[in-house]
Amino acid sequence: MNKLESMKELASLQEKLRKARDPKKPCIVICAGTGCLAYGTQKLIDNFRAEIKKRNLQGKVDLRTSGCHGFCERGPLVVIHPKEIFYQRVKLDDAAVIIEKTVLNDEIIDRLVYKDPVSGEKILNEHDVPFYKKQTRLIFGQNGQIDPKSIDDYLAIGGYSALAKALGGMKPDGIIQEIIKANLRGRGGGGFPTGWKWDSTRKAKGEPKYVICNADEGDPGAYMDRSLLEGNPHVVLEGMIIGAYAIGSSNGYIYVRNEYPLAVSNITLALERAREYGIIGEDILGSGFSFDVKINRGGGAFVCGESSALFASIEGRVGEPRQKYVHATDRGLFDKPTCLNNVETWANVPLIINRGSDWFSSIGTANSKGTKIFSLVGRINNTGLVEVPMGITLREIVFGIGGGIPKGRKFKAIQTGGPSGGCIPEQMLDMRVDFDELTKVGSMMGSGGMIVMDDRSCMVDVAKYFLKFLEEESCGKCTPCREGVKQMRIILDRITEGKGEESDIELLEWIGSGIIDGSLCALGGTAPNPVLSTIKYFRDEYVAHIRDKKCPAGVCKPLITYSIIKDKCTGCTACARVCPTKAAYGEKKKVHTINKETCIKCGACYDACKFDAILIE
Amino acid sequence: MEEKVKSIIEKYGSDKSFIIPILQDIQREFNYLPREALDALSRNLGVPPSLIYHLATFYRAFSLNPKGKYRLNVCMGTACHVRGAPQIADYLERTLDLKAGETSKNLEYSLETVNCLGACALGPILVVNDEYHGQMTIAKTAKVLEGIGAKVEADE
Ligand SMILES: Cc1cc2nc3c(=O)[nH]c(=O)nc-3n(C[C@H](O)[C@H](O)[C@H](O)COP(=O)(O)O)c2cc1C
Ligand code: SF4
Ligand code: FES
Repeated sequence: MNKLESMKELASLQEKLRKARDPKKPCIVICAGTGCLAYGTQKLIDNFRAEIKKRNLQGKVDLRTSGCHGFCERGPLVVIHPKEIFYQRVKLDDAAVIIEKTVLNDEIIDRLVYKDPVSGEKILNEHDVPFYKKQTRLIFGQNGQIDPKSIDDYLAIGGYSALAKALGGMKPDGIIQEIIKANLRGRGGGGFPTGWKWDSTRKAKGEPKYVICNADEGDPGAYMDRSLLEGNPHVVLEGMIIGAYAIGSSNGYIYVRNEYPLAVSNITLALERAREYGIIGEDILGSGFSFDVKINRGGGAFVCGESSALFASIEGRVGEPRQKYVHATDRGLFDKPTCLNNVETWANVPLIINRGSDWFSSIGTANSKGTKIFSLVGRINNTGLVEVPMGITLREIVFGIGGGIPKGRKFKAIQTGGPSGGCIPEQMLDMRVDFDELTKVGSMMGSGGMIVMDDRSCMVDVAKYFLKFLEEESCGKCTPCREGVKQMRIILDRITEGKGEESDIELLEWIGSGIIDGSLCALGGTAPNPVLSTIKYFRDEYVAHIRDKKCPAGVCKPLITYSIIKDKCTGCTACARVCPTKAAYGEKKKVHTINKETCIKCGACYDACKFDAILIE
Repeated sequence: MEEKVKSIIEKYGSDKSFIIPILQDIQREFNYLPREALDALSRNLGVPPSLIYHLATFYRAFSLNPKGKYRLNVCMGTACHVRGAPQIADYLERTLDLKAGETSKNLEYSLETVNCLGACALGPILVVNDEYHGQMTIAKTAKVLEGIGAKVEADE
């Protein structure tokens, strides 16, 4: 690989790589994101390779393993170019038949085609699938076009053009003005205006200055940062180099979560390749500007996503936040001016530089511009990552893109903002999703987790879940957070065991407001949100637990019983066979019974019964 | 052990600010943080044991106890939680007679939990060593356990 000495050399390399990509040549794109790999996709990839070799098709058919396409629910996913035939739920031994029929003979394999569960219509092309069609995939769309391990792929689709534009023709101040005008706000949770953060760091006194990418992604149930870093590491790097140039920094860090080994290896490889091309390192593209990046694996602590805890962790200390009377932009990492941005924030930068702030700010709402990637999970038909313009309604996300709730159950609530956020009830489904609207209803954007819940999700249980998480993750430095969250969790334990008292709801609100006021960092400062928002919108459910000693959703074990609906039971013995304590019993072809004394409420019979004959109440 | 630790320290140029990556490498080498390795680290890097233990107990990535041959990791992220992960975890605790975070005495099984593996579409998820098992039910979990030689309550 030759080092690129100038922007011109970069442009001609891009051109060469673009031309080398014959748009008519068959190319099999296999999604190798973490979701699809978990379905066993590696085997499928190996099978495709072997099949291509066996048939001597090397050179005639390309094979590309890409990052996550987003539609994880339907994996393993395969897209066959040039016609962009979209195959889903592909079996691991389907490689031969796909090559034989679709690649070589243009035949469609019916069973692999996506059928819209609502209309029943068969959809052949990836971009016609409603899940994708209703999205605006400005950032995430590139994932399907490139192999994240290949810098040439990224260059071939115009990657690093924004960097060349910035280094070649823009002044640092001009870049910052462009980001300010675009009104890009941080995607890591707080929504702080990115341009102003850059500006403060640039103006701060002290050398060296640091630029950091926050890829700690601790929100349990959100994985867009991971998919970006795994599926398109160069776009994040490109954003960081542009930012570093604008700020005047030559030292960068990527702080990536320990549980993300594939992200670590892809970004490490991306850095090596970029260094070989002279896109990162000394005298980038002959511009005289130098910048390099180190990768830091997190230690597995949620609080380390918080800026000052993250700095402490990189410095080799325990991740405890500190008081924020000095801004990180003045004194951050190693006490030097530091600009910390989220993965997705960085990934937006090349887009803005390439297409301009006017274009960018034409998307979205008054104070939230551009798109946001959400991870749409929980009780939803189309689980996956979705990128939508700011201002879209929750209803469109849940029902338009997400395809609604499985098994025709009833939507109950959607949780946004992770452990710092809140639950939004059905009557608010038509609200527009942006930073300010979500905060107004007592939730927040957070990093972009959206957990859908139906009538079988208990809101008290969900609130307890988040508190337990935060109790474990609190660093313990300050008392309101360390002790307050624990006390709230103890009260919720009590309520879900049927030992709650009428005054508990007020007590929770009272402790909650104390934690919000008294905590040092935003972990504590937002910890009561899941409880407070569920009390606000689902007070009935709390009351049912406390007064009636009932869990309406059938989740809280001490408050529920399992029984068999006589009319539905066919005596198939499925429940008796799976029951670990033999509480479910009965003769073949006769109605079964559950012994309430020995039933441990494990749910095995409910899973096993094919006739919906198990009643939980 | 001392030699191994020394070579890891050298990889990071004996720089104290790299102590967390150094601990991560030690953990990867031995599967946990053996006491002798931490003593060696303290001697060779010149940091007090108190600091090392502060770090080793603060971060989830570290374990002071050896891990079992089979490491069962149940995802307890939000998506998996609302899809029934607690039932799977309960079942594993009961069947293996272990609490989450514990390792069996014969060093066969470790039961752990993790908050989101980034494969929420497949929830609830159980990972055994590096192999993912998605959309778990109790019946499927029992099969996985049988596959790794655990005693599962008999069917009939
Ligand atoms: C407890 C806690 C955890 C956080 N976790 C993350 C995280 O995982 N990723 C992230 O980008 N920001 C996280 N943040 C927000 C960061 O502190 C910081 O605001 C953000 O990285 C700034 O980048 P942005 O302006 O691009 O959003 C967290 C904040 C707190 C208080
Ligand atoms: S609010 Fe909680 S996490 Fe934040 S510093 Fe205080 S104890 Fe630590
Ligand atoms: S919540 Fe289990 S993989 Fe995300």
